[in-house]
Amino acid sequence: MIAIGGSAGSLAVLAELLEQLPISIDCTMMIIVHRLRNVPSDLDRLLSLKAPIIEPEDKQPVLRRRIYLAPQNYHLLIEDDGTFSLDYSEPLHYSRPSIDVSFTSVAAAYGPRAAGILLSGASKDGAAGIQQIIAAGGAGIVQDPATALFDTMPQAALDRCPAAQPMNITEMIHFLTELKMSAEHDS
Amino acid sequence: MIKEISNEELGKLVRLIHRQYGYDFSDYARSSLKRRFQRFMDHASMEEITELSDRLLQDVTFFEHMAQFITVNVTEMFLDPLFYKTLREQVLPRLATYPTIKIWHAGCATGEEVFSMAILLEEAGLLERSRIYATDLNTVSLRKAEKARIPLKCMKDYAQNYLLSGGVEDFSNYYTTDNEHAVIQEALRRNILFFQHNLVTDQVFNEFQLICCRNVFLYFNRLLQDRVLRLFYDSLDPLGYLALGLKESMMFSEENIRFDSISPVHKIFRRKS
Repeated sequence: MIAIGGSAGSLAVLAELLEQLPISIDCTMMIIVHRLRNVPSDLDRLLSLKAPIIEPEDKQPVLRRRIYLAPQNYHLLIEDDGTFSLDYSEPLHYSRPSIDVSFTSVAAAYGPRAAGILLSGASKDGAAGIQQIIAAGGAGIVQDPATALFDTMPQAALDRCPAAQPMNITEMIHFLTELKMSAEHDS
Repeated sequence: MIKEISNEELGKLVRLIHRQYGYDFSDYARSSLKRRFQRFMDHASMEEITELSDRLLQDVTFFEHMAQFITVNVTEMFLDPLFYKTLREQVLPRLATYPTIKIWHAGCATGEEVFSMAILLEEAGLLERSRIYATDLNTVSLRKAEKARIPLKCMKDYAQNYLLSGGVEDFSNYYTTDNEHAVIQEALRRNILFFQHNLVTDQVFNEFQLICCRNVFLYFNRLLQDRVLRLFYDSLDPLGYLALGLKESMMFSEENIRFDSISPVHKIFRRKS
């Protein structure tokens, strides 16, 4: 499971990541971006240029080779039985969906089979989540603050967990491609 | 760093609460329930789950405080405005054909959606012959709902939602202000009854033409969702309507064959007769 979190300044990076990734990538991807509420959003279509992006409903099964996007106004979690669970509780760091909530849930459900990637943003959401993913044996990647439009979010994650690896976009793509190869090797 | 609660620890905690206080959380969705407990422990500055269980065993007030904290009471007026627009346009004209309209808001939290419904009915000229039964598990929320006081700072967003829902009146006519709060007009509340009902253990108590239960199913596992869907089926008039939250689905439930989908986007269903 690859979980990607982003906020202000992350959309271009996200689009580039999705554009550059090999289409056959053999894992599940889950994207959590901070979005406005109660405003119709085209985000799923914007990001769907190459592969369809699914906004999951509550209890929908998590499938491989799919890209999921956290819906507006809900936290997105994963149950042990491999289904999505949505949550309409208070925003965290003024955000719902919150990256921390999803990353923490991914850490619990996938342990070492999880990678968390945190992109540009102007809040501190995601730092605690990256920490949880790393503590559970997964990989924690942070966009190199020097390359981020807003460095608060990646910097907060690096400050909080020194084990997180800063990467630029090219390095991220390389990392994800390698990850895909090792996943294929495993299976 | 917050320590993850294991399934075993969660099970113990849930059994303790059930045994000691009669509330049964065993069929709640695990991931969000764990998260609520974790947040509560953080809030109560507790690090070990044993600390929490020990305290729960001997302190009723502490339990009540926790119950208030772990049940989700988040709501807003005209939540998902286009859902309310669909209600106005597609459902209310049908409800208008009944001599008395009975509506159940299950899991109403502090009542914001109930007041929104009352406004819709008032504008359709139906409030006088409507009875709205608004229930929740959480009695603290219900007491707040009865007072109908809403933080004034929220009203700007709610006015916007109201407009998007197709409202054309002056929204501020529906409340008076009192320092930091908006108070929903008493006339709008004349046919609303708030009381406690637990969807997990309580039974059918009336027959309705419309049941609204939005963003409540999210917290239940599939077993409990199915059970509550049966309760709703039995509580609906033949051809009565059921509204769920925008991301709640019947697709994964066996009960879905007993309902027709009226609006797949806005999650409005209708009981098959």
